Amino acid sequence: MRRFLLFIPFLIAVAIGGFSLWGLRADRDPSEIPSVLISKPAPQFDLSPLEGVPVPGLSTANLSGGDGPVLVNVFASWCVPCKAEHAVLTRFVNTNGVTLFGINYKDKPKEASAWLDNLGNPYERIGSDLDGRAGIEWGISGVPETFVINSEGIVIYRHVGPVLGTKAQKQVLEALVQAGLPQESI
Amino acid sequence: MKHQRIRTAIATLLILVIPILASAVEPDEILDDPVLEERAREISAEVRCVVCQNESIDSSNADIARDLRILVRERLVAGDSDEEVFEFLVARYGDYVLFRPPWKAETYILWLTPFVILGIGGLSILVMLMKLRSKKPAAGERLNEDEEVALDEILKDGKKGTQL
Repeated sequence: MRRFLLFIPFLIAVAIGGFSLWGLRADRDPSEIPSVLISKPAPQFDLSPLEGVPVPGLSTANLSGGDGPVLVNVFASWCVPCKAEHAVLTRFVNTNGVTLFGINYKDKPKEASAWLDNLGNPYERIGSDLDGRAGIEWGISGVPETFVINSEGIVIYRHVGPVLGTKAQKQVLEALVQAGLPQESI
Repeated sequence: MKHQRIRTAIATLLILVIPILASAVEPDEILDDPVLEERAREISAEVRCVVCQNESIDSSNADIARDLRILVRERLVAGDSDEEVFEFLVARYGDYVLFRPPWKAETYILWLTPFVILGIGGLSILVMLMKLRSKKPAAGERLNEDEEVALDEILKDGKKGTQL
């Protein structure tokens, strides 16, 4: 018993050390905010079309009832990483047959439409979120953010920041498959 | 001399007041009703800015913090209670936006661990004290009869003032 008591400080040190090691893992992002939306229905919002772009607007009703999952991407022309991920999203649409919807967050319609003219428009629908209220409904902390929604309108996955790099792209595509995208398309 | 004292007093006062003034609330956000505004300020100070995460939305200059400040004020004007405003924010951003984690099953460990550790510490001290008190001197530590006599002699001598 006495012997065992002597080991207690050692055990405490091991426990604290274990926690510290866990905290130092390279893939752990302590500032990551977990989304409350996962496995829940997409939030209520109704956005009018983006002026100057010939695609319809976006509301909650558009997210469900389709044949497959949809990818909802929050973007803005003033957001540099959005430009970087634009090519990836376009490839998702053209190569993988993904349905892509956009929420144009706090952007000037003129600048947004010029941005899309310049880079091309992969979005099937775009809602213009001028005052950022839809963004708050989605609980975004910045732009870009991307959500995978299944055909029942349930949020399956959220990606914060640009979908760049093999790991992020793989995660989004896997979430799309989980949400009902045919496996062979990825 | 007197001037200097006044100057020091003013400087001290300013230093004390600056933190109170340090808020990002812009004039166009402030509500006309001072009571509602006061409640809005109190709520905002408890809500984490989701971009600059160690700042409250009350003191953050981030765009989204401003949006949330305005939203908090809108909810209050619409007649929401403080709890309803917090619930509204938590429904969108999760418990993470609250600086004070709520008391619920997931956070019991967080809230209770300090008390458990304090309890363990207190208990160990108590046990140690009780052991010290109940410790009786062992047989070898007592004086034998001869030594007792010698000690008495010495004490008696001492009282007489004899130098040893």
